[in-house]
Amino acid sequence: MTEVTLVQAVNRALRTAMSADPEVLLLGEDIGVNGGVFRATEGLLKDFGADRVIDTPLSETGIVGAAVGMALYGLKPVAEIQFLDFIYPGFDQIVSELAKFRYRSGGQYPCHVVIRSPYGGGIKGGLYHSQSTEAYFAHTAGLKVVVPSTPADAYGLLLSSIFDPDPVIFLEPKRIYRTVTGEVPEGDQRVPIGRARTVREGTDVSVFAYGAMIPPATEACQAAEADGVSAELIDLRTLVPLDAGAVLASVEKTGRAVIVHEAARFCGYGAEIAAILAEKAFFSLKAPIHRVTGFDTPFPYALENLYLPNAARIRQAIVDTVRAG
Amino acid sequence: MRRKVRTVRFLAQSYNRPPAPSGWALSFVPQSVPGRVVTAASATEIAPEDLGPIYRTMLLARSLDERCLAMQRQGRIGFYAPVMGQEAAQVAGAWALDPADWVFPAYRELGVALVRGVTLDELFDQFFGNSADRMKGRQMPNHYGYRDRNFVVGSSPIGTQIIQAVGAALAARRRKDPIVTIPFFGDGATSSNDFHAGLNFGGVFQAPTIFFCQNNGWAISLPRSRQTAAKTLADKGVAYGVPGVVVDGNDVHQVFRAVREARARALSGAGPTLIEVQVYRLGAHSTSDDPHRYRTDAEVAEWKKQDPIGRLKHELIEAGQWSEDQDAKLLEEVRAEISAAVTRTEAIGPADPLSFLDDVFATRTLQLDEQRHQLEEMLHSGLVKP
Repeated sequence: MTEVTLVQAVNRALRTAMSADPEVLLLGEDIGVNGGVFRATEGLLKDFGADRVIDTPLSETGIVGAAVGMALYGLKPVAEIQFLDFIYPGFDQIVSELAKFRYRSGGQYPCHVVIRSPYGGGIKGGLYHSQSTEAYFAHTAGLKVVVPSTPADAYGLLLSSIFDPDPVIFLEPKRIYRTVTGEVPEGDQRVPIGRARTVREGTDVSVFAYGAMIPPATEACQAAEADGVSAELIDLRTLVPLDAGAVLASVEKTGRAVIVHEAARFCGYGAEIAAILAEKAFFSLKAPIHRVTGFDTPFPYALENLYLPNAARIRQAIVDTVRAG
Repeated sequence: MRRKVRTVRFLAQSYNRPPAPSGWALSFVPQSVPGRVVTAASATEIAPEDLGPIYRTMLLARSLDERCLAMQRQGRIGFYAPVMGQEAAQVAGAWALDPADWVFPAYRELGVALVRGVTLDELFDQFFGNSADRMKGRQMPNHYGYRDRNFVVGSSPIGTQIIQAVGAALAARRRKDPIVTIPFFGDGATSSNDFHAGLNFGGVFQAPTIFFCQNNGWAISLPRSRQTAAKTLADKGVAYGVPGVVVDGNDVHQVFRAVREARARALSGAGPTLIEVQVYRLGAHSTSDDPHRYRTDAEVAEWKKQDPIGRLKHELIEAGQWSEDQDAKLLEEVRAEISAAVTRTEAIGPADPLSFLDDVFATRTLQLDEQRHQLEEMLHSGLVKP
């Protein structure tokens, strides 16, 4: 076990997968010679060669479409989209093709592509280097959507994603690429897709978050202790398939829910969590569900600290929810 | 090349090599680019004994069109996109491939499918969406694929298969499989992102791919002139460093040669080729389309004079290898085969109502299990009916 950052954990997982299986290869913009703009693929070109770490032309349609073709043929491509904000030229390939190949062929053509992409705000990236649009992907049948928040999860979930039989959108919270560190195992040690992680246990309120929202949510839960509130924090980790059992079990215990994400609120992923709780845990609820989210605006550059949920807002929501009933 | 995968048969009679189609009124002159038109001089010819089976396959495709259009009007199938006018291009183009090559079709590739060995029963299973359909009743007619025939399942978005074929070609090269990939697409697709990405990646990575563009003159209601200001679609290859060739798609020989040459080139490591196959969509875009809104009968009539089936038939008759009597008998035989397939497949029951919840993922998620259970209850109580 060694202590690494989240982005280093991504790098290690790629290295482990590529060492274990010659059919794993990477493609994307600036991932080879440059090692990726965030250095997620640093050193891999040197160790695995240009056949397996492929610097592509600047075309997300091309990256995703080529990865789809490779996967149809049987390889295990891991595509990097430099920023989630740039994924849209490849959106048709993701939504119409990648997500539907298995289905539309009656199971003849599985299409196991992993698309890694840094997402989210807090790095002064403005409109086009900050967005958190996981809901688009979660809404599309046929895609798994994974969002780690720790180096260990980034490592174990990325390995699971690469060897998963289905396409995976693997969203990396770039704001905490280097601010969180932790131990990662050696070798092919996977974290299963589809299971939430309890970050801390509590009895008064359940807080659901993922990705870069885990650090402020953790801080908020700790701070809420001073308000006499025992908050449970669940890191969803996998948005699709959702660990609905963990969500429901927590709220059945605490009777209250606060949902945190940095994406816009309207039709955000939190709306689905709230709906599931309303449908299936209504009689356990003691207070209205509270969402702490980004605003229903494009992502603002200079005022990003106002847009992004912070520990203070989350703490306030926790306290308000507990006091509401 | 002898075909391993084929269901089409022709008469046991053997053919002498036919002469060039001198008697055929070749009013159609491709908008050729000097030096880039495939000529007979550099050609690999169709094996003489294959001309019969090629003709039969073309006739089968034409007869399927007729039957399916009628069945759609009768309400027996929901949709159909006819291939009429593109039979020579598709059958000869596919004939030039090896069974191990990977075909990435659009939704109008009936002729290609027949050459790849897709059976009449399989086609009608798909058109009916019955329980034998390999696509499990999930796709509109004409959207099918058969992994064991290396015929990748298509979709409706235009051009998406072009870049996918490049990815598959790179994968094949990585595995050292001596095959090519060949996306089939139309003139409209040359305006798509995916055409650009496909040709660009194909050129950069020198992918063993053949870009098979059937310029049939119309993308639904838009003429070829509204897709690009380029003189030919083949010209578009230049900017990608991909050689482009223009061939007369009503001539099986030209199409065959062009594909064979592109295939040899691709396998030699010299990279992809863009083949613009000039044809004409004699039918409507689909059964949902009325071409009278945007083109004249006179234009269609003019192109019918170059009907690819009539042209090959003429060539065979001129060569003394075929007769009108034989032709009438063959047509009858082909139609009877189609009728038999329709009778067999129409009797097969519909897809299992619960099956549409499968294959979203390799295994059903808890959410899908729950929804499957809900559907089961709704079916049981009669709340919903297939």
